[in-house]
Amino acid sequence: MAASGRPEHQAPPEIFYNDTEAAKYTSNSRMIEIQQKLSERALELLALPEDEPCYLLDIGCGSGLSGDVLTDADHTWVGIDISPSMLSVAVEREIEGDVILGDMGCGLPLIAGTFDGVISISALQWLCNADKKCHSPAKRMLVFFRTLYAVISRGSRAVFQLYPENSAQLELLTQQAMKAGFTGGLIVDFPNSSKAKKMFLCLFCGGAPQSLPQGLGTEEANPNVAQKFTKREKDKRKPLKSSREWIMEKKERRRRQGRETRPDSQYTGRKRRGHHF
Amino acid sequence: MKLLTHNMLTSNIIKGVTKGFPLGITSTKVEVKEVDFNPAFVVKTLTKIDYPALYQAAKDIGYADGLPEKLEDNIKENEELLKKLHNALLQVEVIEGELVCPESGRKFPIANGIPNMLLQENEVENVAQ
Repeated sequence: MAASGRPEHQAPPEIFYNDTEAAKYTSNSRMIEIQQKLSERALELLALPEDEPCYLLDIGCGSGLSGDVLTDADHTWVGIDISPSMLSVAVEREIEGDVILGDMGCGLPLIAGTFDGVISISALQWLCNADKKCHSPAKRMLVFFRTLYAVISRGSRAVFQLYPENSAQLELLTQQAMKAGFTGGLIVDFPNSSKAKKMFLCLFCGGAPQSLPQGLGTEEANPNVAQKFTKREKDKRKPLKSSREWIMEKKERRRRQGRETRPDSQYTGRKRRGHHF
Repeated sequence: MKLLTHNMLTSNIIKGVTKGFPLGITSTKVEVKEVDFNPAFVVKTLTKIDYPALYQAAKDIGYADGLPEKLEDNIKENEELLKKLHNALLQVEVIEGELVCPESGRKFPIANGIPNMLLQENEVENVAQ
């Protein structure tokens, strides 16, 4: 995704992801790294059977960065994307998977029960836009989710990493997915950080009831802690700045946000001696 | 495009098309790219694919040599056959060609190895006009 602003607001995907934009996905190492990390997490959330080669679908596969992660895990994959430029880059990069030029909002042109799992990195939010006069986002979502439900085998999962603009978009997406028959819900990694926060819509397709995996960096976020915090705030003011308590609290906060933090030790926040003048 | 992908593609998202499978296939340029042989994956895949459609597609593009018209039950032990199936499924790639919907006759061009399955809004079912 471009560093500034939402690409969805600039142009439809098949136009926004032109040759220049597509080239970034092979040259910009930061973008590549982010895509890779997101794909690895999505693959983890798919919870595929271990040591078994699977047949996966990558929706919005782009230049195939997410597909590389699937290839590295010994899976075979098929990707679908609406941008010809991005797919040309994918073919140039000699990706292992096969790619199809298609619009997810028109439904997936695939046979029922084909895939053992579906991943999608930063693509689903594009469905929320009406790029043509005849587009209705709600209907396009429903068509997409209905065909998706047919395409994946029973008991499998579809994991979408997405950047929703607001809660209304998220609600509509989830609602349409449920209407198509999916169960599941949203997983939020690092909910306390605005930068590291990542959302994954994890959908289950039939089979035995499954519990939603927990997001990363949420271990501290149980209601008990929140309660304790308000209680402590009541009977005690904020700790004095640069005191040990203050430092510990700051480090705790950083950890919750998933940021790099030095481990606590006996030296943490200790007064330094020997500076007499 | 690999023949495995061809075996998974349908045109049933077109308005009025019910099955849309298998898509007709013609080719003007085919390449064979080496892919690591994974017998477990081939065996697993064979349970999912429509074999007659694969055989027909391979025949249409001229790469059906050594493929049986029908699959026997004991494919697991027959490594030679598995390798041939692996070749047909994953190594043979149509670079330039065309897919044709069996019901509506709608053509989907394949260029640079990528099938173009994009449809106009008015061709699609269930989408607001």
